Amino acid sequence: MSTPTYFGSLNDFKKGGVTVINDDPKHYVFSNVFEVASKSKPYEKVAVGKNLNYVIEAVRAEGNSPWYACEHDEAALVMDGEVEVHYVKPDRPQTPAGKEGTVKLAGEPAGQKMGWVKVRRGHMALLPKGAAYQFRSAAPGVMLVQTILGDCTVEKWGEICQK
Amino acid sequence: MSTVQTKIETASRSLGYRKFSAGQFTFERDEYFAHILYPGGRHLIPIDAYLRSLMRDVAWGFFYGTVNFDTLFGTINRYGTVDMFVGLLNEAYYSANRHYVETFNSRQLRKVFMEMLEDWTNQGFDPFAAPDETGVPFGPKQGSNSKAIHRERMVAKRMVGLPGDLPYRSDATGETVNRQFTDVPQDKPEVYAEPGFENEVHAFNMFAYVSRSDVTWNPSVVSCVRDSQFCCTTEEHILPITHGNDRVEWFIQATDEIIWDIDDGKTGRPRAKVIMKAGDVAAMPADVRHRGYSPKRSMLIVWENNDGTLPQRYAAGELKPYPVEF
Repeated sequence: MSTPTYFGSLNDFKKGGVTVINDDPKHYVFSNVFEVASKSKPYEKVAVGKNLNYVIEAVRAEGNSPWYACEHDEAALVMDGEVEVHYVKPDRPQTPAGKEGTVKLAGEPAGQKMGWVKVRRGHMALLPKGAAYQFRSAAPGVMLVQTILGDCTVEKWGEICQK
Repeated sequence: MSTVQTKIETASRSLGYRKFSAGQFTFERDEYFAHILYPGGRHLIPIDAYLRSLMRDVAWGFFYGTVNFDTLFGTINRYGTVDMFVGLLNEAYYSANRHYVETFNSRQLRKVFMEMLEDWTNQGFDPFAAPDETGVPFGPKQGSNSKAIHRERMVAKRMVGLPGDLPYRSDATGETVNRQFTDVPQDKPEVYAEPGFENEVHAFNMFAYVSRSDVTWNPSVVSCVRDSQFCCTTEEHILPITHGNDRVEWFIQATDEIIWDIDDGKTGRPRAKVIMKAGDVAAMPADVRHRGYSPKRSMLIVWENNDGTLPQRYAAGELKPYPVEF
């Protein structure tokens, strides 16, 4: 029988680390998404990966998020918990042309309801360009969002990474 | 640039394997080893390790940057051409001027490598599989395993499962759950799309998709945000090659654990060891080479930036080799 697969979760995660031989551990920008989410406010979009203008954000899903929109596709991977994503096709564009990254909206925009998905650990949801969306989670969970650096991205590398 | 000349010759010993040439390089195999002959020397690599490395080099189209088969032999992707070398990225060989490099047209060299892989892979040996899942490659030539070496690299244009994009894996397609992932839930997300939005309201079980991969250390793209690619892969045993970066890449450990040895990209001198457990995220700087060890089959998300200008920008020093300063 094979060894059970270990996933990690908000309440049960083990963290590895960097052992340097001749380097600076900061070069590896090492963090853990569950640890980051355990210390985050709900729906704070904390960058845990950055590749020039692209980012990966660790998001603590808890309760209802603000409504968001984006000019480009994004993807949300659930690492722990269960999250609903509700989608609206806004009547009018919600983001300035060419704007990159997630844009926080004042509220649910007027528009046509597109539908919704319920995703659990290991599921990935498309956050399609031009749509507005809201996350809803009854209990604390963790998501990774694949997106581009934007106004909602929180960078606090010195707090989350091994030094 | 050197011209590839594929010589179809019988090896000196009648083991049934073909001998191959590319420029001044000659490749032969025997029961246990690949022999690489080049101006200035002869280098041996155990045939199991060699075939596993060759498989990745071919399948990835020489990948991003350097594919080190071992501490001496490898290829550097110049995106259109490829450098094949012995000792170029070995401090002792390079400082003693004992290294050797030739540049080839990528398509031509890949053709030679593919023919070599086809001829040198015996029946029952799958160079993409974990050692526990396949036979051995040793001994005289015994048949072939074309099916194993002709797998296509899976690249989603937007996201797996969308119309016109990569299809799901399932028992029906012959892509069964791997023996070490039988406990990975195969449930589907609940998707309620209003009419007309079926192509946008979309979700899929990425862990289930990855659990059905029948290859190891072979990333497949599952989602894209412009040049940002989530490349998911299942890892077991040892990464056959040591990958030398030509840009920053990131690892997100989705399950279990991988231990990485990090060496300097040019000299091979050890720089760090990175232990990654589920939920850990780490950058691989643009000036390192890395090799991973996964005791149990694990899921890894390799996050790549597919911007084709990056190798030149990193090489020119325009971009720092590490992604974040804090």
